[in-house]
Amino acid sequence: MSLDAWQDELPHLSVQTQDFDLGAEVARLRDGDLGVGAVASFVGTVRQWVDGQQATLVLEHYPGMTERRIAEMMAELRQRFDVRGLRVIHRVGPLGLGDQIVLVVVTSAHRGQAFAACECLMDRLKTEAPFWKKEVSPQGGQWVDAREQDAAAARRWSTSAGNDR
Amino acid sequence: MPIHVRYFASVREALGDAEQLTWPAEGAGPTVGAVLALLQARSEAHARVLDPARGLRAARNQAFCQWDDAVHDGDELAFFPPVTGG
Repeated sequence: MSLDAWQDELPHLSVQTQDFDLGAEVARLRDGDLGVGAVASFVGTVRQWVDGQQATLVLEHYPGMTERRIAEMMAELRQRFDVRGLRVIHRVGPLGLGDQIVLVVVTSAHRGQAFAACECLMDRLKTEAPFWKKEVSPQGGQWVDAREQDAAAARRWSTSAGNDR
Repeated sequence: MPIHVRYFASVREALGDAEQLTWPAEGAGPTVGAVLALLQARSEAHARVLDPARGLRAARNQAFCQWDDAVHDGDELAFFPPVTGG
């Protein structure tokens, strides 16, 4: 893989405050590609905490490094899986209960590669891209702790960077 | 030599967005760990928050790095807690 293959991924990646539309993104990725036989997508959303107290989530990121790190993972994904189309959107800033946080869409000829590539990228996004979540409730703010199960999920893909050093 | 230091998330809240550090010109060039030691010595808050035992991570020029990586003139070093995106 060429050293700057990640730069080719930047048009397929958005780190943004605005919401996104899964249907529109899938349609755009499929448009004109008759070789697509499978579309796998993942959308992460803000869920209610166990105690039901949290009002909002704030997502902080490291501008520049975030885009580069995710784009590198996208380029690696194309090396590893039979990926035809790829789209990643990650939101930042304040988010409310039920809001969409992250989108990954993968198109491929067959479902096995589409599922695996989508899961691989999501697992790596959680532990290798510089985002930080803060829960904000009327009682104050609390940074979310990294979870060992996320690190274990990323390790299944035999990568090591970021949290799992 | 000037080194640009940036902080994120809980580290940023405790220490601010950024600070500058000048490494003495004589002697061996710094590593990420040596820069961290200088920063930890700046205040009690620095020592408490910049703690690898509590999961602190570092990036050099916007890429994850190791504590023994060399630091060069004008580098951007960032320190932050484990990432929690996705």
